Amino acid sequence: MRVAICDYGAGNVRSVSTALRRLGAQLVDDAEAADLAVLPGVGSARSAMSALREQGLDAVLRKRVAERRPVLGICLGLQLALEETEEDGGVRGLGLLPGRAARLRSGRVPRMGWSRVEPIGDAFYFAHSYAVETPAATAYAEGIVAEARSGSFVGVQFHPEKSGAAGARYLERCLFPG
Amino acid sequence: MPLPRLIPCLDVAGGRVVKGVRFRGLRDAGDAVSLAAHYSDAGADELVFLDVTATLEGRATLDALVERVANRVSIPLTVGGGVRSVADALRLLAAGADKVTVNSAALERPALIEELAVAVGSQAVVVAIDAEAGRVRSRAGTGATGRSAVEWAVEAAARGAGEILLTSIDADGTRRGYDLRLTRAVADAVDVPVVASGGAGTAAHVAAVLEVAQAALLASILHERRDRLRELRRELADLDVPLRDAA
Repeated sequence: MRVAICDYGAGNVRSVSTALRRLGAQLVDDAEAADLAVLPGVGSARSAMSALREQGLDAVLRKRVAERRPVLGICLGLQLALEETEEDGGVRGLGLLPGRAARLRSGRVPRMGWSRVEPIGDAFYFAHSYAVETPAATAYAEGIVAEARSGSFVGVQFHPEKSGAAGARYLERCLFPG
Repeated sequence: MPLPRLIPCLDVAGGRVVKGVRFRGLRDAGDAVSLAAHYSDAGADELVFLDVTATLEGRATLDALVERVANRVSIPLTVGGGVRSVADALRLLAAGADKVTVNSAALERPALIEELAVAVGSQAVVVAIDAEAGRVRSRAGTGATGRSAVEWAVEAAARGAGEILLTSIDADGTRRGYDLRLTRAVADAVDVPVVASGGAGTAAHVAAVLEVAQAALLASILHERRDRLRELRRELADLDVPLRDAA
């Protein structure tokens, strides 16, 4: 499996690539040609979104999803895939996924730590201050959207690359579905 | 709320773990990478690396060590000791750290916290506070600041810290339990997660502090024997502390 990790200067690229390489993925640079494109991301939505645009990755990712080719968004990568996020005074997203991201308003923020995701059944590591509101949610952790899917896009709020054995199993399913 | 976390803390100097850790079966007892891997396999929820020489001797934390650990384990890594600038933080994150801790440099120049939060996001910025009798001490405990630990924690969080790592100098190394009063006072005053540090001697101590803090830092208690972390997790499960299933 050839995997391209979108490196737009706002990502945990290193840990994602380490985790994928461990699972036998072949990392390539071309996000258009790869079998799977991964959109990682930590930090602020506005700077991440403008970096994506500058590098033309927004168009590449939209094209992939239009052609029903797999894209995996992680953490901020999930939130950037939405129509919009209220972070940084409101930022338009890629629109790969219906819905928006809103600031967490209860509990301690950033929401940091391991949380059990259902129906997957494993605990994964989360570190986020915004949460996703979407009709496309496919898994939850404590009522918070943990995974969402729309067409060939899959996004996770948690960090599978930092979630030990459970995270590796999750990434393996992304690499070798079915 | 996410599950309570157990976080082994490794003090490193010159790329090697310092303080008495000499477990049978580890390739090299002082090697930070084998020890990190051992803790990760035993169910650590995160790892903290503190370069204990950095602040005092002005040495930068060893990126190479972080890189080697990040290549080996896949749980979150926090690295601190001598972080004085955004450039220091970016270097550690690029090497594979997920969060950095700042301590003395933030006390000297609190705006550093804002700069870090803007550059790398609050989720990657941990402000470490060493407190004695409720007052903050700087430079690895050697300098008095006179500031209240609670007030400094509140200011740090307001400036963009995503987590507070609170060490009670009074409790540290005593093995007689965490400083629950101080920990509760700080946890009640801030909305960000609090990691309690200093004083763990038994599972009951850890269980008690996890009632007030979101995570417990573990150091000397883990040096007792090789399987202490695994045992501790079992003992905490018996005390009904809801830890993650790390299998």
